[in-house]
Order: sequence, then C-alpha cells, then structure tokens
Amino acid sequence: MARVGVFICHCGENIARTVDVAAAAAAAAKMPGVVYSADYKYMCSDPGQQLVRKAIADHKLTGAVVAACSPRMHENTFRRAAAAAGMNPYLLEMANVREHCSWVHSDRAAATAKAIDLIRVMVEKVKRNRGLRTITVPVEPTAVVIGGGIAGIQAALDIAAGGKAVVLIEKSPSLGGHMARLSETFPTLDCSQCILTPRMVEAANHPNITLMTSSEVESVGGFVGNFEVTVRRKARYVDPAKCTGCGECWSKCPVKNIPSEFDAGLSRRTAIYRASPQAVPNQPVIDARHCLMLTKGRCGVCAKVCPRGAINFKDADELVKVKAGAIVLATGFELWDHSAYGEYGGGRIADVIDGFAFERLASASGPTAGEIRRPSDGAEPKTVVFVQCCGSRDEKAGVAYCSKICCMYTAKHAMLYAHKVHGGRAVVFYMDVRSAGKGYDEFVRRAIEKDGAEYIRGRVSKIYRRADGKIMVRGSDTLAGTPVAVEADMVVLADAVTPRPDARTLARMLGVAYDADGFFSEAHPKLRPVETAVAGVYLAGACQGPKDIPESVAQASAAAAKTLGLFARPKLEREPIVARVNRITCAHCRACINACPYKAIEDFNILDRSGKVIRVVANVNEGLCQGCGTCVSVCRSKSVDLDGFTDEQVFLQIAALGPEESGVKSRGSS
Amino acid sequence: MKSIGYYPGCALACSGIELDLSIRALSGLAGVELCEIADWNCCGASSAHSTGHELAVALPYRVLALAEAQGLTEILAPCASCFSRLKGTLVRLRRNPEMLERMAGLTGRACRNSVSVVNVVEYLGRLLKEGLAGKLTSPLKGVKVAAYYGCLLSRGEGIVEGEDAENPTGMEAAIQAAGCEAVPWNFATECCGGAFSLAKPEAVVDLSAAVLGDAEQAGAQMIVAGCPMCHSNLDMRQRAMSAAGRRTRPMPILYLSELLGLAAGIAPKTIGLDRHFTDAMSIAGRSA
Repeated sequence: MARVGVFICHCGENIARTVDVAAAAAAAAKMPGVVYSADYKYMCSDPGQQLVRKAIADHKLTGAVVAACSPRMHENTFRRAAAAAGMNPYLLEMANVREHCSWVHSDRAAATAKAIDLIRVMVEKVKRNRGLRTITVPVEPTAVVIGGGIAGIQAALDIAAGGKAVVLIEKSPSLGGHMARLSETFPTLDCSQCILTPRMVEAANHPNITLMTSSEVESVGGFVGNFEVTVRRKARYVDPAKCTGCGECWSKCPVKNIPSEFDAGLSRRTAIYRASPQAVPNQPVIDARHCLMLTKGRCGVCAKVCPRGAINFKDADELVKVKAGAIVLATGFELWDHSAYGEYGGGRIADVIDGFAFERLASASGPTAGEIRRPSDGAEPKTVVFVQCCGSRDEKAGVAYCSKICCMYTAKHAMLYAHKVHGGRAVVFYMDVRSAGKGYDEFVRRAIEKDGAEYIRGRVSKIYRRADGKIMVRGSDTLAGTPVAVEADMVVLADAVTPRPDARTLARMLGVAYDADGFFSEAHPKLRPVETAVAGVYLAGACQGPKDIPESVAQASAAAAKTLGLFARPKLEREPIVARVNRITCAHCRACINACPYKAIEDFNILDRSGKVIRVVANVNEGLCQGCGTCVSVCRSKSVDLDGFTDEQVFLQIAALGPEESGVKSRGSS
Repeated sequence: MKSIGYYPGCALACSGIELDLSIRALSGLAGVELCEIADWNCCGASSAHSTGHELAVALPYRVLALAEAQGLTEILAPCASCFSRLKGTLVRLRRNPEMLERMAGLTGRACRNSVSVVNVVEYLGRLLKEGLAGKLTSPLKGVKVAAYYGCLLSRGEGIVEGEDAENPTGMEAAIQAAGCEAVPWNFATECCGGAFSLAKPEAVVDLSAAVLGDAEQAGAQMIVAGCPMCHSNLDMRQRAMSAAGRRTRPMPILYLSELLGLAAGIAPKTIGLDRHFTDAMSIAGRSA
C-alpha cells in the first residue's frame, strides 16, 4: 500500500500569493494513498529539507511529491534529501506549481484548483514509481580538441598537463591559427609569434597530445564519455615520417604565383608549401588544386629534388576514428568580407585592406619584412585611414553585434604605424571606443596622446580611388558636426569578426546549438559559459563569440578544467531514465532497433542450456539509451517501456484529470 | 512584351523630350506599343512630398488607379523621379492596406494596387533581351562610357530592385550591347544637385562638376544617364561650370535610350540628339 507524502512550498510569495497553499495541502491530504501533507515557506531551505527528511522517516513514506518550482530548478535538491532519509531518490517527484501555475495565472481560486490537479497527477505517478539505480558508464579519458589556434592549443596543453590524452585536430597544414599571423599584440605590444610559437612546438611535442593537421572532423557519434569522432586526414602528398623540412621542394616548385593565405594574399607561395617559416609541423604539403603533377600529370620536380623521397603523389585522404570522452570546440573566427560594402570600394581597391593584411605588413616575418608598404605600388603610405566597425553594428548590410576586438587592434595598428612610419598621419574613424579591459583604455589613450593618432568620431560614407592614386575617404565628424574628407594613401578596414561558415555544419554534427550569427551557444550565458547544451562538449575562443587572445586563452583553460573534471571520475553517472524491453512479449520485429536515433537497441540472443539460440529479442544498451521514448511509441506489441515514464503511469496521470476526479469540472459535464 | 503602359510625366514633354523621343523610337523598333495612361496627372515629384504625406501618395495613387482601370498591368515611367514616386507609392500601399482604403476615399477611385512599375533601365534591359540587341546594327565601337545612376535609379528599399545601392550595375549590359565600354569610376551614385537646380544653382554646379570631373579622370568620353533631372544638371550646367572655372572640356551627356538609339542606327535628330545644351551630335559620328 502506497504511503505518499506531499510537500507544498510557498516559495516566499511566489506560489503562496496566487495559490492557497493551505487549501492545497488539505486537499492533498484527502487524496488516496497520501498519508502526510504539509506546506512550508521555503521548502528548498535547510529547515524545509529537514521537514521532508523527517516526514519520510517518521511516516515511512513510499513516495513523495514536492509541489514547488520546476524540476529543472530543484529536483536534484529534493532527491538528495530523500536519499539522505533512506528513500530511493527516484521515488520523489516534483509538481511544478510555480512556472506552470502561480507565475502564469492571476485568478487565485482557479490557480489553487489547478495546483491541486497538478499535485494529484504527480501523486498518481509516484505511486507507481520504481526505485531506480543510477547507471554508470565508463569514460574514455581522451579529449578531442577541434581547432589548432591559440584557444585549441591552450586547451590541449592544459588537458595534457592534467595527464590526459588529447587529439588536436587542425584543418590547415599548420598549428597557430590567426594568432600566428599577427605582428604585435595589445596592450603590451609583445611579438605574437614570440609568445605563440613555443606553445605550438610544445603542443606538437607533448607526449599526451596527438597532433592531426590537414584534418577535418567528418562525423561525430556517441555521447559524453564515449564519443566516436571520425576525422578526415587530408592527403598531404608528403610523407611526414621521411620529410625533414629542408625546403628543396618549395624552392624548386615552378608554380610560384598562388596568393598566400597566411599573408592575406600580399605574397605568393608555391604549390608545395608550408604556411610560414614558423609552421608546426615544419613540413610542406602539396596544394592539389595548383600542383601541375596532380592537375595535369606532368612536372614532379619536387619528387626529383627531394633527397629523402618523401613526395608521394598517390597519397589519399584517410578516415581515422578517434574515441573520446570529451570534445572541445575551438574553431575560431573569420573576418567579414567587406566586398559587401559597395561604398567602400566593394573589395576592388588594392590599397583598401583588412586588419590581417595590415598585421602581415607590420610583421617582421611578413612580405615586406615589417615595413609598411601599400599593396598597389609598394610605396610607403604617408597617410593611413583606419575605419572601425566595418560591418559590425550594421544590421542592414553587416552584422548587428559589436566585434569587440577592433577598437583595440585599430589602436595597435595606429601605434605600430606611428612607430614604423615617422611623420606619417594615422586617422581613425570610430563609432565608439570600447576599450574595456586591463590596461586597454590606457593603451588607446597612448595611441592618441603619445603616438598622435587622429581619432574622428563618425562613420565613413564612401571610399574611392582617385585617378592620381589617392584613396579618398569621406565621412562625418559627428562631434564637430561637419563632413570630412581625408586624402589617404592606404585604408585599413576593421572588418567584423564572424564565425567560420563551416562551423554550423560541425555544430549540427554534434547537436550543439548556434545563434543567429552562427556562433556556438553556451549552455548558460552567465553561469555555464564554456559548456554547451550537449554534455561533454565544451567551447573555447572566438567560435563562441568575438574574443581577444587573453579571453580565448582563459576560456580554453576553463574548457580544459571542465574536461579534466569530467575525466577525474573513471565512470560517469547517468539518469536511469532508459527504455526496457519485455523479453517475454518481444516479437523481434526490429521496429525499435530501426527507430532508435542513438543506435542504443541491439539484438539479444536467448540461449538454452546447451548454448543454442532459441530466440532473438531486442535489448537496450543502458549506456547509449537517452530515454527519448521513440522505441516505446513504435513498439507494436507494447513490449518496450520507459523507466520512470511507463505507459501505465502516464495513462493514470491523465485519468487523474478525469471529470469525477478533478476539482475543475470538465467542459462536457458543466 | 507586346505593349506596356506609358507614363511620360512632365519632364518628357519638355526638358527631357529626348528621353521620350528615344524611348518611342526604340519601342517602335522593338515592336512594343506604348499605351499612354489617359488623363494622367503629375506624380507630385519633390514638391508634393515636401508639402504633405497624403498628397505625396494621393497623386501617384490616382495614376496607378487610372492605369488599373484602363486594364494595364505594367507601366513604364522613364523619368527616374516619376518612377520613384509611382513605385514608392506602390510599395507603401502594399505594406499599408489601410492607406489604400483612405486613398480610395480621397480620390474617389478604387484600386487593387495590381499594377507594376518599371524604370528606364529595367525596360531597356528587357527590350534588349527580347530581341532588340540583335537590331543594334551600328555599334559605337570602343567608346568609353561612364554609367551614371544618381540617387533615384540606385536607391530606395523595395523600389529599385536587384541593384546594390552602393554599386549598381544595371546599365552595364546595355552599354556593352551598344558596343561601348563601361568604365569603372567613383561617382556613379553621387548627387548631381537634383532639384536645387533652380533654388541653389551654385550647389548644382559644384556637385555636377565633381561628377563630370571624376568621369573624365576615369577616361570616359561621355556619360550615360537615366534621369531627366540628372541629365539637365549635367548637360545644361556645363557652361556655368566653365564660368566658375570648374570645367574646360565639354562632356556629352546621353540618355541610355539615346545611346541604344544611335547603336540601332536611328537618325540622331529622331531621338533628339540635337536638343542637348552640350554638343552630343559629335557622338553620332562614332557609330558604325
């Protein structure tokens, strides 16, 4: 015989203002099977939980219903309290009389009647609850980190330092991402490569890190603790085991006119190439789209000159399966394509460049060896205009959000320009200067006060190239209230930070949500900023939103901490809400096996004593089952049921709302 | 396209008569009948919408209602300003059905807003695609042309469709069909000074001279325009520009329809090429 206790929370005024909690408690006391009912101001408080624990013990309860807030809020709290009192935690249920009742209604009498109904429904359910045991699944203590920029490198190094294995997957041939392309970094102006390349080398050499460059994620299966990631290792045509990176091949390659991605198109590279002299791994790959041997079947110069015989034109893509317990997404960002701005020349003016191109011009390892030279004719620009918010904060043609890093890097650019071109004029057009961060505003002030950058508050309306080669920049000075025109030699557009276009594909593979702009969504914008809604998948860096280096690194370390926390336990506890097959009635029609979205149902052989198969039935793998209930609905012989949500329970819950049971008369009987 | 409704507006009867002449000539050549809307009235232009919102909608509304009542489904408004007013009203009424009812009461004419409005660039583009291109027997080989859109043929959300307002390209195909080269230049959508031609002519001289100057620097031998207002500012004010020391060389300003008319071998006078303030007849000699 069931002995159910009902605990009604006032939630301060939140519930009690709209629901007559005393009346609800009195009504609950009369429900069949209920032996105890009480109401209390804050049931989740320590004394409230005491009350629950004491009632469970004193009244030898076989089930409990807490009528309070959403189970998402406090189900765990109360189930822990029940467990502490010696009750199986799955014998306690929540009736949501706050979000589903008091918060959304104003009529006190009707709300009270509805609260009583909600309690009645849960009492009916809890009477048929079975005590469930938590399911444990093993955790594969290997992390997959997707993206080899600074965020991915940092996450990989931190996880590896915690003693766990990491597979670091990078799409391009080298680690380093965008940071490897920067000249100096704000707000300290330290050289980007000097601080990054040691990390790249460390990641490549770390015994716990397996580096997979030129590799992309093809598909992802499994779940937290047991992901299976299929990686496409793209053909490189150079055997990494033989290649020493001597450089014979790329110095002899006859195809020399391919715009370098690393140098933002400001220099040319060969068909067999390494991204930069600091590339990690420091081995070339062949760009199959441009290689004469691979496109036209004749050339092979690199193979002839390679002293190690490392060139392999027959190399092919390879699919590699990686088992992992956790995944860190660190896919980074791209710059918005300013060719969408026709008024800024639509990308057709050579001396109107983006921030990365300026970084390469300013970089000692760049195409001009650090001298600021404009792309069209190599002349030193005497006046440079920097345009902030190019595409950012423009809902119409660009993106609605602020890209966050441009104010700082533009100040840095103006500063580097002043240091390199003495007597040069740097003009910055801005909407607002957003320089929140340690030492950040001081940095911008330094660019203005010490290095003489002219800051003009206003938007640029038009950029065009005059016949004499001058780049005309027209805009407004909204502080002075006048139109302005600047004759410039070069213009640098601070293009908006956007997610990578293929990030959405990856998100869909993983079931990770992304926002309207394509940035990955965190599980909670304030309290769970590195987790995704998918257990075991964490975020690091600008794939979640525009971020500078320190922020990306901080989030990467946080993602590593989450990963190591997950790996700290050898087994993972899971909610035991899984499907169960009745082997006596199962006809092995395989409908559930075909319908299961998690591939959690498999064949099970029933053997006789001699080991002969006498029947085959369906069987649910508790480790894989997510408790979605699809199998329950497709089973023709009603042989599958979901623990905690059996058909019987659900039907009785509905029946509890029938006209003769319910406090509210149904429409038909009124 | 066998026929199309025709709304000439005021400009095509006076200052922009070349536009009317050349469109009629090309339409005749292409076998398209222009059905002028009977009893059409002023579109309101800038004057109406600086006087009152209702008036600015009511005037084009009456034209749309007349066209609809006369069984027209599509009308050509060659003047860019007329086009902007008519199409703008159409778009506005589509977004605001309440206003449609109010206008019916105000003008005493019902209208389902079923007529569509095309501008001169769209119309000529369609003629070319539907066979006119094959009839351009006297192309102006190698002439460098700056395509000038101004504001009303490049701007207006939902009004000028299929164009990047900051980088329109709609005239390019027609210019190439005429055998010319469309030069890249900077001031294709700059302001010519518009209706300040009378109130503040010095502003028009200043702005229009800048447009001509940029076209010249880009190597253009002439400018092709679609709007009678732009045309008169660029064409008529060249003498004032010279007087103000802003210009030295004359720059012929042709309507896109005049250029195509020349390429089609139509007599220059038939399309009104002799009616320009700045000599345009010299261009006629360039056609093969």
